[in-house]
Amino acid sequence: MSGGEIPSRRIRVLIAKPGLNSHDRGAKVVARALKEAGMEVIYTGLRQTPEQIVETALQEDVDVIGLSILSGAHMTWVPRVIELMKEKGLFGQVLLLVGGIIPEDDAKALKQMGVDEVFGPGTPTDEVIKYVREHVKKG
Amino acid sequence: MTHAEELVKDVLAGDKRAVARSITLIEDKMPEAAELLKALEPHTGRAYVVGITGPTGVGKSTLIRELIRAFRRKGLKIGVVAVDPTSPFTGGAILGDRLRMQELTLDQGVFIRSMATREGVGGIAEATEGAVKVLDAAGYDIVLVETVGAGQLDVGVAGIAHTVVLVLAPGLGDEIQVIKAGLMEIADIYVVNQADRVNADKMVADLASVLNMEPQNPGWRPPIVRTVALTGEGVEELVEQIERHRAFLAEKGVRLTERKAWALLREALTRTLLSDFLPKLMRTPDFEVVAREIAAGRLTVGAGAELLIRKLLKAVRGWHEQAS
Repeated sequence: MSGGEIPSRRIRVLIAKPGLNSHDRGAKVVARALKEAGMEVIYTGLRQTPEQIVETALQEDVDVIGLSILSGAHMTWVPRVIELMKEKGLFGQVLLLVGGIIPEDDAKALKQMGVDEVFGPGTPTDEVIKYVREHVKKG
Repeated sequence: MTHAEELVKDVLAGDKRAVARSITLIEDKMPEAAELLKALEPHTGRAYVVGITGPTGVGKSTLIRELIRAFRRKGLKIGVVAVDPTSPFTGGAILGDRLRMQELTLDQGVFIRSMATREGVGGIAEATEGAVKVLDAAGYDIVLVETVGAGQLDVGVAGIAHTVVLVLAPGLGDEIQVIKAGLMEIADIYVVNQADRVNADKMVADLASVLNMEPQNPGWRPPIVRTVALTGEGVEELVEQIERHRAFLAEKGVRLTERKAWALLREALTRTLLSDFLPKLMRTPDFEVVAREIAAGRLTVGAGAELLIRKLLKAVRGWHEQAS
């Protein structure tokens, strides 16, 4: 059924909100923008645990995990996500992006841990799209 | 071992990463996909495939969450393929069905995959059938395929699923009309979800009277099941009806009913006529001439259309004679 066909790859992105914070407007704006840019966005909603996020990324075979964090708890959630990504063999294979209100020092620390990029509030969605396109190998 | 051979080994061992990678290869139409599917084929045919279809907003995803729970209580492993439409303008999609099932993500016996229709037709993706095969080979006992079903073109799930469950809900417009327009042929079981709403009784009654007038497959009268997916009410009965339909098919020794074949064929013909014949017809000089005559008031629209169809039929007969 698929023999000899021309590959048609699509970038798949998981947008997730870890933790207890319940604002997801920013995450939804980014999700819509990525869809408009031709990507497939898996949206899982609020209050996801790091375990759920990484297992979802695995089952959905995404190219990108985008974490939206506004609660200030990024230094708790993100290291756990990275640890689980390493356990499941996703680390280094799947792009890890963090969006939200992240102080500069924390952003630096997150990148040292293995986050590929941190986007602050008000980042133009075009910038996120451009980053994803340039850093995901397929497309 | 080639990449595909390694994947096959891991899929057969039930490895979730391998299942996920395999589905992507098929979706992306990568060169290894054909080899992969061929190698998995002998290990398929065990899973029972249930299509869950219906208009947007009737609670299909929540119902699936409860179905998974009910089947899990029986010790069965459940795969889900949740299909949502791709935007025809951008090629992108937001896949949000999983949101309602997310609390089951960490269950070892559950695998959920969201899928965009991409270039697929009939409300399913080209890769949906392949994904079902991968899950089947990986040892999932039941595979639930969720699709949007809102009209006569959304019948593709009938070609994949053994049992099709058509889900409706009261108060979302005149859905009985929607299903009368072309989904009735594929429904083996009807669900009226959100059955705790005031107008649920009326909907069940309306549906029952429509079903009474419909010709049915010999031996199977589609039951109407009332559910409240949010609380799980009625889901046990739905499971029973699915099992009853499974037993019916096993006894009859068939998979696809004639009515389903009829609906699938109609969908394929409609699509061919619309996307192939119609544009060709519109590019003929006749089309322009007829349009000009209509604009000038010398021909009615109906008469013009009939004229073009007559010409088309004559042309078709011509091709036929040339071919034979």
